[in-house]
Amino acid sequence: MHAPGQKLNGSEIFFECLRREKVEYIFGYPGGALLKVYETLYDIKDIRHILVRHEQGATHMAEGYARATGKPGVVLVTSGPGATNTVTGITNAYMDSSPMVVFTGQVPSSLIGNDAFQEADIVGITRPITKHNFLVKDVRELASTIRKAFYLATNGRPGPVLVDMPKDVLNAQCAFEWPESVDIRGFKPTIRCHQNQIEKAAHKIAKAKKPLLYIGGGVISSEASEELRRLAVEQNIPVTMTLQGLGAFPGDHPLSMGMLGMHGTYWANQAVNNCDLLVAVGARFDDRVTGKTDTFATQAYIIHNDIDPTNVDKNIKVDLPVVGDARDFLTGLLREMPKHTEDRSGWLAQIRVWQDDCPLTYTIESDSLKTEYVIDEVSRQTEGNAVVTTDVGQHQMWTTQYYRFRKPRSIITSGGLGTMGYGLPAAIGAAFGVTDRPVVLFCGDGGFMMNVQEMVTAVHYRIPVKIFLINNSFLGMVRQWQELFHQEKYSFTDLAESNPDFVKVAEAFGCRAMRAENPEEAKLAITEALAYNDGPILVDFRVIKKDMVFPMVPAGGSISDMLLKRLNPKTMV
Amino acid sequence: MKHIISVLVENKFGTLNRVAAMFSARGFNLESISIGETEDTEISRMTIVTRGDDQIISQVLKQLNRLIDTIKVTDLTKQPHVERELLLMTLKLSRATQHEIFGLINVFKGKVVDIKQKSITIEVIGSPDKINTTIDIFRPYGIKELARSGAVAIHRGES
Repeated sequence: MHAPGQKLNGSEIFFECLRREKVEYIFGYPGGALLKVYETLYDIKDIRHILVRHEQGATHMAEGYARATGKPGVVLVTSGPGATNTVTGITNAYMDSSPMVVFTGQVPSSLIGNDAFQEADIVGITRPITKHNFLVKDVRELASTIRKAFYLATNGRPGPVLVDMPKDVLNAQCAFEWPESVDIRGFKPTIRCHQNQIEKAAHKIAKAKKPLLYIGGGVISSEASEELRRLAVEQNIPVTMTLQGLGAFPGDHPLSMGMLGMHGTYWANQAVNNCDLLVAVGARFDDRVTGKTDTFATQAYIIHNDIDPTNVDKNIKVDLPVVGDARDFLTGLLREMPKHTEDRSGWLAQIRVWQDDCPLTYTIESDSLKTEYVIDEVSRQTEGNAVVTTDVGQHQMWTTQYYRFRKPRSIITSGGLGTMGYGLPAAIGAAFGVTDRPVVLFCGDGGFMMNVQEMVTAVHYRIPVKIFLINNSFLGMVRQWQELFHQEKYSFTDLAESNPDFVKVAEAFGCRAMRAENPEEAKLAITEALAYNDGPILVDFRVIKKDMVFPMVPAGGSISDMLLKRLNPKTMV
Repeated sequence: MKHIISVLVENKFGTLNRVAAMFSARGFNLESISIGETEDTEISRMTIVTRGDDQIISQVLKQLNRLIDTIKVTDLTKQPHVERELLLMTLKLSRATQHEIFGLINVFKGKVVDIKQKSITIEVIGSPDKINTTIDIFRPYGIKELARSGAVAIHRGES
């Protein structure tokens, strides 16, 4: 470590700052504007640089790492195309509030604006998709800018921050000064909830006969699972979670309702529709959750706790907003809640009736394979303890239904943006961060090909990620909508003729691979994959094509429009 | 309803873009926006005129606050404030109309800033409503060109 005041060049300052931010991993790819940085990196041993094969992969890996560990993910890419390749990954992190700092090289300051070689106005491009971004114009501002970037990414509602570093700034020298504190006058997030609001909320909860906790990713990012568990159990309140909130409350607990929304459980959605009090914590009333907003939770008094005031009254008008950190809110409720509670046995019994009316079930046939079975079996064999990453589509929704998440930071999935291609790199990033739990990836055959190049990264670094390819040779979720709402015109969603042999593809990358076509083979393959830790392993599960995810609330529909099962039963292929 | 919002922002490159881009990305109406340095050269004041119901305006204020480069956001609409806009306008001029035009310039307390054989450029300062009226009244004489500054506004001082 260099002493403060020592004269360093911009590249040395860059790494000195990362050390002080306790960065373990950088996910990056070199290039012309970053030559000085990679020259310095050559001799650095205490920060590990992970070489990816595409900059988009780097961003998803950084996000996977961030979501698995709670620490900010760090990305390093060159100017121009290197920078523009990060756009999808940054947007994904922005939509899902993941802490991430992206460093981009830039052409020398004197050439900015001249359409120079590999120049892109990445600060302009990423303004609407970052929490904030910076162009460093002077090496003397580099350290304080990096300090601010990490501070912004991790405080308040987490999010991605981008720092653009021109080549001349990275070469120039100055005395290294590390600012011990950060003060950004335009950024003062409200962490502590207002005491009056907490008291009002506690009062409402105490009196509610049919309350429901609606839990989002904010509970996980604020590390408030234990407070949530205590509140739910002490007050006997059922808990439903969003896609990003899964794992905040144990999925195998009797009070867990599973996920709500478009592909949520029937009973969770019925509970939302019939509750007299809805307590939203760290959730943002996304359209996939609410469906048609004017029929959402119409009988409920709604309390909404969120750290970001813009989320309050954005999609749904709430009765009691409580701005602040989810953990502070839940801790406050535990403090203020009176001991005795309303009798809620009738409410819980009603929910059980809905659960019995329309449980999550599937059939097992010995000669064909269903995704539900694969996920269910992985859940059983890992006892709900794995870090599960997914791609986007049907397999993602089935994962929410059939994997019983027991711990926070267990599901890593692209929610807001719905980015196909997210799963593989996110799983690799998560596996760098978490080594004491298995890291499992469920990925469709469509999404797998979108960042398949990162197989190189997984193999090269011997990442023991279990790649469970849910291969139906179709863009399954699009196919489902085509069948239900678009006259069965399967326009450009059938991949059967064009897909490669995924076992051979994996093997060509140097990855162990096998295939499973029925439940028996699947079970054995899962056991084998979970036992193998000497690098990645891929299982090509050949699942049936025509399976659909139910229940389903059609986009913009109400809970009462919920489709519970296939409308026109057809022979499964 | 029309709202006039005063925003203190960091005087840095890109700040205007962040604010304007937020309005377009979120589909908010942006009637006018004006910006200039304040007594502190590190801080600029933006005056934004927008329209929307209470729910939208509340989102506008919160989204403005959420930007890192904004320091203070004030909705001046329901508070005592002074609001002014500058109009520069070039009109056709002829012997037949010049007397009337000069008369109207006096009525609006305008100033002549340039005059040629066949045209006259005037400056008028006032509330955006007054500027609207000015333009309406002069329109029949033939407006060759006009420029409006957008509103600037400030709290009225404490007594």
